[in-house]
Amino acid sequence: MCTKTKYETIVGLEVHVQLSTKTKAYCRDKNKYGESPNSCISPVTLGYPGTLPKINSEVINRAIKLGIALNCKISKYNLYSRKNYFYPDLPKGYQITQDKTPICTGGYIEIPNKKINITRIHMEEDAGKSIHDIDPKNSLVDYNRAGVPLLEIVSEPEIRSTQEAYSYLKEIRKIVRYIGVSDGNMEEGSLRCDANISVRPYGSNVLRNRVEVKNINSFKNVMRAIELEVARQIKCYENNIDVNQETRNYNASDNSTTVLRSKEDAHDYRYFTEPDIPPVVISQKTIDEIKVTMPILPKQKFIFYTQKLKLSEYDSKILSNEKLFSEFFDKIIKHTKNYKSAANIMLGVVKSYLNKKSIQVNDLPISAINIAKLSDMLSEGKINKTVIENSIFPLMIKTMKSPQEIAVENKLFQIDDSCQIENLIDKAFKKFPQKVIDFNNGNSNLIGLFMGEIMRDSNGKLNPKKINEILIKKLKNEIK
Amino acid sequence: MKNHASLKEVQRDLFSNKTSCVKIVREFIHNISEKQHLNAFVEVFSDTALIKAKEVDDKIKNKNQGKLAGLVVGIKDNICYAKHTCTASSKILEGFISPYSSTVVDRLISEDAIIIGRLNCDEFAMGSSNENSYYGPVKNPINESYVSGGSSGGSASAVSANLCHLALGSDTGGSVRQPSAFCNLFGLKPTYGLVSRHGLISYASSFDQIGPIAKSIHDINKVMDVISGSDEFDNTCVGSLFGQQKISSQKRKRFAVLKDALEFNDLDSRIKKQFENFVKSLESSGHEINYISLPMLEYLVPCYYILTTAEASSNLARYDGIRFGFQSQDQCISSTRSLGFGNEVKRRILLGTYVLSEGYYDAYYIKAQKVRNLLQQSIKKILLKNDFIILPTTPNLPFKIGKKPVNPVKRYIEDIFTVQANLSGHPSFSFPYGDSIENGFKASIQIIGDFFKEREILNTVKNVL
Repeated sequence: MCTKTKYETIVGLEVHVQLSTKTKAYCRDKNKYGESPNSCISPVTLGYPGTLPKINSEVINRAIKLGIALNCKISKYNLYSRKNYFYPDLPKGYQITQDKTPICTGGYIEIPNKKINITRIHMEEDAGKSIHDIDPKNSLVDYNRAGVPLLEIVSEPEIRSTQEAYSYLKEIRKIVRYIGVSDGNMEEGSLRCDANISVRPYGSNVLRNRVEVKNINSFKNVMRAIELEVARQIKCYENNIDVNQETRNYNASDNSTTVLRSKEDAHDYRYFTEPDIPPVVISQKTIDEIKVTMPILPKQKFIFYTQKLKLSEYDSKILSNEKLFSEFFDKIIKHTKNYKSAANIMLGVVKSYLNKKSIQVNDLPISAINIAKLSDMLSEGKINKTVIENSIFPLMIKTMKSPQEIAVENKLFQIDDSCQIENLIDKAFKKFPQKVIDFNNGNSNLIGLFMGEIMRDSNGKLNPKKINEILIKKLKNEIK
Repeated sequence: MKNHASLKEVQRDLFSNKTSCVKIVREFIHNISEKQHLNAFVEVFSDTALIKAKEVDDKIKNKNQGKLAGLVVGIKDNICYAKHTCTASSKILEGFISPYSSTVVDRLISEDAIIIGRLNCDEFAMGSSNENSYYGPVKNPINESYVSGGSSGGSASAVSANLCHLALGSDTGGSVRQPSAFCNLFGLKPTYGLVSRHGLISYASSFDQIGPIAKSIHDINKVMDVISGSDEFDNTCVGSLFGQQKISSQKRKRFAVLKDALEFNDLDSRIKKQFENFVKSLESSGHEINYISLPMLEYLVPCYYILTTAEASSNLARYDGIRFGFQSQDQCISSTRSLGFGNEVKRRILLGTYVLSEGYYDAYYIKAQKVRNLLQQSIKKILLKNDFIILPTTPNLPFKIGKKPVNPVKRYIEDIFTVQANLSGHPSFSFPYGDSIENGFKASIQIIGDFFKEREILNTVKNVL
């Protein structure tokens, strides 16, 4: 039996979400990525003698938002704690975090075909950044990041594959972006992930020693790090070597992990209640007020699109995935009942235009109302997709006029007149007499050839459905 | 130099042109240099004090001076003042110049008080005799071979020797009240949360409060009015303004006397006698006296030392030599701390680290928290039936410099009467009572009231003295 299929992968993820608040968690210093080193620092950030933390209520609001989005229970009574350890980039010598009373508990994240339960979400602050590779003689510290607010989302060990870990992380990124608490950028470190990994033979219920892998900084590396660690552990078990409970560092440069510290060297963080911050009590009223401001989440939108608008699952998923895109679609459907056409336009010509230009939908120079009108025209058969793609949509962007005006001015309305269609069919038959014979001998694929020819001849203005109808009849000699 | 009894007299002379702030400050600077051997001041801010004095004199001329115009204040060396050195009397903060001012200093200056310098104290406010200072011990002006008390020893010594009108100290377990008592002065530990701790170098965050040491109740009133009240930089500072506290019209007060304190083995019988005299005088003035018991008294000192050292071990972690203060030559965190901290500070960091460690946390830290909660409930109960609790401030009179007990536990026990108010957060005021017992030293009594009842306490003491 292949060893890989003998073992089950068990993963729990600790995801750190950096909040995109204007200021830091416990002072008014600017919270901004990419500023020049040590420019967003005050005595509070630097932990100067006599300075005290001051709560940023926006951090609490965003934690509640995320908790609601992930179906968690929000704790009414919140204590802050200190996690004590020495490190040059930790200015106070402790991190303000939450220990026994995380702001959110329970909850879950849905990935394809599965729910991953969440243990807790708690608020904490980021540390500064130690830099060892700029100055050959000294280590440098940039404290801009120190005190930046974080939410740590801890999952239950219910992730069973690299693919599930990837989906879980992607879903978190989608949600934090959707509700606007974080920009969810893994490259800039605003989404970071540690993985607790163990393996066990299939059928076993026992959780074996787990290894925490840190420093995973991209979606791809989450999968690579887990794969690597799973393989390492399987190899250990297969060779009767114990897997130690330890913390390992993932090195992206050579796709390897190295021991950071063993269980014996594990820190005793000496957690205790932060005496500088009194307990924060969150009222039901606050939670309710935040609930009202919550955007409709992708999952709810998906259900709405599929069940109420009767759109396909595929279309609904893409439409609901990104917040701005989906909000634009919601504006369109306020002005039209032709949902399917609107979806086709959004996912076709609009999306490819946005991709080509690398812009967001709010930069599209066309109003939702005009897209709605366009959808109506398409549904009613006044124009067809080809005309939209080739003529109307480009002109809408260029002229900002309504699709109706453009269609009138440029005579782009679809031709329904049977006579005119028949004439063009006859013209095509004359051009390819042999193909007519071939068709009648059984080569039904030739329909496409005639359709193309006729559409081209009419500049795409003919109603394709109608051409198809008449063409078949004519080919089969049902009409002359 | 004229020895003004209170700010009222200072301002009377200032407003009638009999003296000027510049003159007063010059005289204090002169006194300080004459009394340098007391070791009360570790630095005199002559330049900034004189500049401010000139400014206040001009304001007085224009009749737009602040409430504390002319009040010359010394600050304990753990209270930050922008652009001035502040070291908590520790080597580890050698050369540290604060980039910002504490809220108390800001508020004092905006009401035209003049900050004249920083005052010696026990390192990081850890101690009760000012013998743990990097700058050496402070002498008691009443008898210079005796300690000034601590940890705000420099503050008490300076006021007592007439080196400034009033001094700010900080009180974590008695550090304002005990040196006040040792120097025959008035000292107030406000309700936890009445005065902002922003800019006070933390020892134990949930205990620390800044408080004034003065020669008159009047001056304490004046300064509290200015420095109290909520502060955007301190989450734990919630108190409304001291000046807005109501004073009850009820003349007859109910005093609870702590029997357990009077029965304490090591209480000096002469202090006990003075205290009993005070109780008698209260009775004869028609006040109600209730003898009550607080059996947990003997647990308060251990409880206090577990909780304060736990918080201190964390609060002092920031002194690593990387961003400010002293750094050892090898630039290592461990050697910086080994060389930078004094013995008592190290002892308390170790003790605090120990009680928070895995396996000991529940036995020490959690248990001490429970005792603290129980105490808070007991005090609350007592204060439902009484207006105040009274007990001696210290069990003993000052001892000679260098004669403190070698055993730290014996030293800690001396804090038995003062730690209670910090554990429960209640305000406590210490005042000298009666004549000298020995070498000019008087007994002191402290009066504890309900939360945010400082004005009531001060007013009552004024009326019964």
